[in-house]
Amino acid sequence: MASGELTSSAYIKHHLQNLTYGKFPDGHWGFAENASEAKEMGFMALHVDTLGFSFVLGAIFLLLFSNAAKRATIDAPSGFQNFIESIIDFIDDNVRGSFKGQNRMVAPLALTTFIWIVLMNTMDLVPVDWLPVLAQKIGGMFGMDPHHIFLKVVPTTDPNMTFGMSIGILLLILFYSVKEKGLGGFVGELTLHPFGKWMLPFNLFLEGVNLLAKPVSLALRLFGNMYAGEMIFILIALLPFWIQWSLSLPWAIFHILIVLLQAFIFMTLVIVYMDMAHQKEH
Amino acid sequence: MITEVQATLFVAGAILMGLGALGAAVGIGILGARFLEGAARQPELIPMLRTQMFIVMGLVDAVPMIAVGISMYILFAVAG
Repeated sequence: MASGELTSSAYIKHHLQNLTYGKFPDGHWGFAENASEAKEMGFMALHVDTLGFSFVLGAIFLLLFSNAAKRATIDAPSGFQNFIESIIDFIDDNVRGSFKGQNRMVAPLALTTFIWIVLMNTMDLVPVDWLPVLAQKIGGMFGMDPHHIFLKVVPTTDPNMTFGMSIGILLLILFYSVKEKGLGGFVGELTLHPFGKWMLPFNLFLEGVNLLAKPVSLALRLFGNMYAGEMIFILIALLPFWIQWSLSLPWAIFHILIVLLQAFIFMTLVIVYMDMAHQKEH
Repeated sequence: MITEVQATLFVAGAILMGLGALGAAVGIGILGARFLEGAARQPELIPMLRTQMFIVMGLVDAVPMIAVGISMYILFAVAG
């Protein structure tokens, strides 16, 4: 980012652009050089940085936990094992408190959502420029133009990521609703609540909105929190270095709370939605 | 040079964020007040009430946060 005048607006826009690999309008595949090219790719585009970081963090989560599980021992457990066990206890308490049904999948689902989202959100605490500049140096070594290498290191600031997770949760809700209540029971619940059968279209509308609001609000809540946090980090990075610390330190400390809180809320809502899908009382 | 479209976009982003902040502040203020009331009545329940308060705070904050996210996007990525 050395040659030419780099305005603050250009700096911000550079940091808000994902590394997009997709199909150009003329048909060939490649990395997008700037934001408008990425938009022209339309649907046939992959955000390589989001996918890469989320895969790597998921793999780290799986490796760490499976390692702890394999080396679990009753006499003289190590500090690491204690830490993992306390996390598992925490998730277990939460699931027991909210989920009243019988499903062996819910607790691992809660654990995965929580730890994965915590890991992804924590990428926001890495200083704004470190990883993108590293990516530019690596790309420069391979001969690519450094100005065209974008990197967004926090996968959850990409709405594609959060919607991917929440659409998965929606599919799980639908699957378990039909499995536990039967197709007739599920449709009946959609059409006969809260008013009787004479108000069927109205019921369907209300319950439909209720059902769709669940994944949409899950996704957008996480996205909005993380995007706003990252944006404020970028804005603070524009300040002169001698005053940056006074703002970035309090914001980073507050952001740690937000990271954990948003992951916790996502997990709690997933458990509550699973519980609602398993209820057969109506 | 700021065009008229850009100026309108700035105002739009500002209104989004402002109204969202208003709603979030009022909501969390009421929530905090009820928490303090409950804590004063039954101090032994404070840890549980605190956990529940944070959970509900995350939910109350959700739509204002969505508004903040969209507003930031409009202000910086669209209007420049």
